[in-house]
Amino acid sequence: MESRKTQLWVGIFVVLGVLALSFIALRAASGTMTTSGETYTLYAKFDNIGSLKVRSPVKVGGVVVGRVTDISLAGDYYEPLVEMSISKEYDEFSETSSVSVLTSGLLGEQYLGLQPGFIDDSVSMLEDGDSITDTKSALVLENLIGQFLFSQGND
Amino acid sequence: MSQFFENVGRRVLDSVAGIGFALAMFVSAIIGKPQPRKSWPLFIKQMYVVGVLSMVIIIVSGLFIGMVLGLQGYTILVDYGAEQSLGPMVALSLLRELGPVVTGLLFAGRAGSALTAEIGLMKATEQLSSLEMMAVDPLRRVIAPRFWAGLISMPLLALMFSAVGIYGGYLVGSGWLGVDEGAFWSVMQSAVDWQDDLLNGVIKSIVFAFVVTWIALYKGYRAVPTSAGISAATTSTVVTASLAVLGLDFILTAIMFGG
Repeated sequence: MESRKTQLWVGIFVVLGVLALSFIALRAASGTMTTSGETYTLYAKFDNIGSLKVRSPVKVGGVVVGRVTDISLAGDYYEPLVEMSISKEYDEFSETSSVSVLTSGLLGEQYLGLQPGFIDDSVSMLEDGDSITDTKSALVLENLIGQFLFSQGND
Repeated sequence: MSQFFENVGRRVLDSVAGIGFALAMFVSAIIGKPQPRKSWPLFIKQMYVVGVLSMVIIIVSGLFIGMVLGLQGYTILVDYGAEQSLGPMVALSLLRELGPVVTGLLFAGRAGSALTAEIGLMKATEQLSSLEMMAVDPLRRVIAPRFWAGLISMPLLALMFSAVGIYGGYLVGSGWLGVDEGAFWSVMQSAVDWQDDLLNGVIKSIVFAFVVTWIALYKGYRAVPTSAGISAATTSTVVTASLAVLGLDFILTAIMFGG
């Protein structure tokens, strides 16, 4: 009898532990997106990536479709090259799509905004390993202020 | 002068012998032909003693720590108009640090000390020697089920601690202080990664479980079999295990989040 009660309590204990895990996994952490599903890789070259980091989200109209997987310098002029993995669910972006480094909120994290391009017969779709050529760099506050002061001086 | 070197030498030899004994104890307790029919009931019994009986203190302290985090975080974040970041703040501090660490400390105090005292008293009353007389290996019969019970139950306790703590933070932040409920959860979800945060927290708690249980069992097994010896061993378990948890936490954090 004693052993039955012990077993019951141990069972409750383990079930509670599993429930806690699933509560955290489902309620507190979602990020299974693109870390588990099928993805494909795209590249984009920027002049300046600001404070973009590996694992920063790639968003289309605010919806996360992928993540930045690698940042390196490439080419003769050492331009920042961003590698991102996009969920296979969204594999119909045309070549004319553009990416820009954006900031969420005034002081928020930086992310990549992907703007799908137009589609007609003359453009093909982006596939695994392709590069997006149309990129807009991050806004760097110091450059912005510099340009502002410069333009003020011209008046 | 030679006295000094003699002292140093004895200390070093003692500690090396201690580490070696702990390792040998661990290996012979864990490795060996599994005997599920014999050891399963022992294991269940220890899960009850080590895990179930620690559940109340873990859940209550988790709730309070989560609520305090919610309250403290809110008063700071509201100055910057960033009170919607309360969710990630509570969740990340619990999952990454407080969950494993505080559970480790509480577990050392609640279950570790009990393990040491129990095994120390078994030794003092010569129950361990009697087992050996009956050709029962005390390492397999006494140490192994307690070790596995500690190793399995502490990560579960840490998960409960984090879950209850997040809920406590939600109660205070959203229910009392008026952080928007949807923002609380959604900002948390976008900030918490199950691999970076949840998995690393679980790995931490498994490491702490291993260290705390092992230290408790070793101290009990090596206790001087007198009342004073058992009390010293129990104290030393709590102190050593707590220090080991805090020290290892720094190393693990540096490895996991430092790079």
